[in-house]
Amino acid sequence: MSILKAENLNLYYGNNHALKNINLDIRKNAITALIGPSGCGKSTFLRTLNRMNDLIENVRITGKVLYEGKDIYDNYDVIELRKKIGMVFQRPNPFPMPIYDNIAYGPRIHGNNNKAELDEIVENSLKSAALWDEVKDRLKKSALGLSGGQQQRLCIARALSVEPEVLLMDEPTSALDPISTMKIEELLLELKKKYTIIIVTHSMQQAARISDYTAFFLSGEVIEYDETNKIFSNPRDRRTEDYITGRFG
Amino acid sequence: MERKQIARIKNEYLGKTYSIICGLLIVIITLSIIFFIASQGLSLFIKNHYPISKFLFSTIWKPDAGPEAGGPQYGVMIFITGSVLVSLGAVLISTPVAIALAIFMNFISPKLGTRVLQPAMELFVGIPSVVYGWVGVTLLIPLLKSMFGGIGFSLLAGIIVLSIMILPTITSISSDAIRAIPIEYVEASYGLGATRWQTISRVVVPAAKSGILTGVVLGLARAFGEALAVQMVIGNSINLPKSLLGTTSTLTSILTMDMANTVFKTEWNNALWSMALLLLLISFLFIVVIRIIGRRGEVK
Amino acid sequence: MNVRTKDKIATAVLYVISSAIVLLLVMFIGYIIIKGSESLNFRFLFGSSGVGGEGGGIGPQLFNSFYLLIISLLITVPLGVGAGIYLSQYAKEGWFLNLIRLSIETMASLPSIVVGLFGLLVFVIMLKMGYSMLAGALAITVLNLPAMTRVSETAITTAAKGVKEASLALGATEWQTIKKVILPSAIPQILTGIILAAGRIFGEAAALLYTAGMSTTKLNFKSINLLGKSSAFGLFRPSETLAVHIWKLNSEGMVADAVKIANGSAAVLVIMVLIFNLLARYLGRKLYYSYTGKK
Repeated sequence: MSILKAENLNLYYGNNHALKNINLDIRKNAITALIGPSGCGKSTFLRTLNRMNDLIENVRITGKVLYEGKDIYDNYDVIELRKKIGMVFQRPNPFPMPIYDNIAYGPRIHGNNNKAELDEIVENSLKSAALWDEVKDRLKKSALGLSGGQQQRLCIARALSVEPEVLLMDEPTSALDPISTMKIEELLLELKKKYTIIIVTHSMQQAARISDYTAFFLSGEVIEYDETNKIFSNPRDRRTEDYITGRFG
Repeated sequence: MERKQIARIKNEYLGKTYSIICGLLIVIITLSIIFFIASQGLSLFIKNHYPISKFLFSTIWKPDAGPEAGGPQYGVMIFITGSVLVSLGAVLISTPVAIALAIFMNFISPKLGTRVLQPAMELFVGIPSVVYGWVGVTLLIPLLKSMFGGIGFSLLAGIIVLSIMILPTITSISSDAIRAIPIEYVEASYGLGATRWQTISRVVVPAAKSGILTGVVLGLARAFGEALAVQMVIGNSINLPKSLLGTTSTLTSILTMDMANTVFKTEWNNALWSMALLLLLISFLFIVVIRIIGRRGEVK
Repeated sequence: MNVRTKDKIATAVLYVISSAIVLLLVMFIGYIIIKGSESLNFRFLFGSSGVGGEGGGIGPQLFNSFYLLIISLLITVPLGVGAGIYLSQYAKEGWFLNLIRLSIETMASLPSIVVGLFGLLVFVIMLKMGYSMLAGALAITVLNLPAMTRVSETAITTAAKGVKEASLALGATEWQTIKKVILPSAIPQILTGIILAAGRIFGEAAALLYTAGMSTTKLNFKSINLLGKSSAFGLFRPSETLAVHIWKLNSEGMVADAVKIANGSAAVLVIMVLIFNLLARYLGRKLYYSYTGKK
């Protein structure tokens, strides 16, 4: 079943045509990986899905992005959109405040100040991010004291706190060591039962290990989009094959 | 929907509007400073019909002379000269010392630089200008008197006091400029077998030239605009300085003293506002010069 | 001369110059404090100033300095932080941003005597405030707003790095993000800026001569009427500060022991500056630890 759909999506930074006529249909409760060499537009595309590109000056977008059938660029409340579509960034970026407040931040800004409810949300979010056992005794301590891998799981928990349906992840393990990376990958496989995950990754092994679908980007275009095992075992396009076999990029 | 709208206003537009107003206020204040000083400063020429050229280039300042004594006359050339001499003198003394300190902080002993020199510079900046002036009066003036005779109050005293006051400005900006030099330049020079001093004098200082120049102009601007410390030691006589040890006045010193002694909107008072306008225009000039230096530095 | 010898001589010269400057500072501050130390007693610090006879104190001037400092910070800080927020978070490249930047640069380069005269013209004469606490505080605001804005802008930009997007991605508005995430972590750096500004304000005289005035009323602490002329907290009474007092003692010297009073006042000013400076340093260090996550 489709949840997010890009239709003839184009994006320009000033005169630079960064995304060219993208058509992509994201399946619900699956992990979709976006791969490609750096500068190919995969992160830019990811950021069109929750309108984070709104923050950048001189960006022009044409075409549609349909979320549950509604165009998010046509009179769609961006705050509602970002509640539904959460995001995790390349570098762990916890807020400089206690662990508890990091998770409670989202519900609070949306008007929930009920202590008991917040407690429950914090616990559930941390449990979903497989971090609860490690931090339950230090919820009032600064989040900056956690290790890099813990911080990134905290950021995932923070994104889950507002009960999103989709999680956008922009190279979430690129700043982490192999063991932390493995933990996050296991977590993602667990999370896809409840959430739809779209992950940008520079690691083809990672895409192959965890994703169900893979889209290969090159110079702002989607070259190939298919089930992950087809892309990796039997790519249709020559350029995809070149990329995954390491001949360029 | 209604409630959501109100929450949105509270959560975004109120704060955003406030911050825009603050930004706008800065522009409004600046424009009104220019407008009010200019309108008051131009009335000597517009209302009292005093010729601008006579104001700028004459050395005759006789604001209280009657028409029978050929007055009143409002030539401010003495004060312009005094301001220029005292600030140029201060920069001449301060610049070499500042460059030496900047080099010391970055190359000779960065540790002593950050632990001792930098805090020392911050303290020099922090000392109020009246305190500089007061120490000038009680320590420097008697010293100059005993060394050179005369009364001690002099152009030289003004130069010395100012040179200490602007030292931190020139030092910190020169130091930033030197720190910004790519380490590759320095390594390349060492790699060719140059000594530290050769590297500093032939590679580092030339490469940091435009930054150092910016510091010098900022120091000059600060010296030019300083009022009280100079006024307290320069003697405030209405004449061109006969020598370094002679007394004279500056634009700021005469403004400081005479503003209280004149009645608002009289011709004499208007002449003082014209001097304030002149100071304002000169500080614009410094901004322009700094921008030009900055742009030339970028091109290279 | 051998290049090596030259190198050694140059190094030695640089050492000499640097030590001479540090020595100069130590002597300068030592001189002021030692000269003023005989005046540093309770009666001098809190006694009222005499006109004519000997033994005047600096009580009113010292109070005026602190009160003016507080009033002007109350005006400057919200405006400076607001403008800093605008510049760092909302402003878009374009003519308006350039205009603000040029305005800040212009304001920052104005000689303080010119700011004082602007205050005289607009606040004292046109707005009919007279020589008053409020006119002085407003002039000081004009003087310090550029620095306050710059400090806030830098602090907010630094604090926003990385976390701004995270907050927006949770559906927060920009203002919510600024208020709840960015400002709290920018506060220590802004506070350091405030304290340094406080040091400058405390020592400022040129901008105050013709705004706050060169005389002070007797202080009456029984009334806290902000509009009254007799109350110590009145905003519309002439209020000579300590720095202005030194200047006036030097130029007019109406009291017999003017030199002694000026020495004492200079010592108090310098000690206050030292305290502000140390405080800013201490805060700066704490800030460093909180950012690096140690402790």
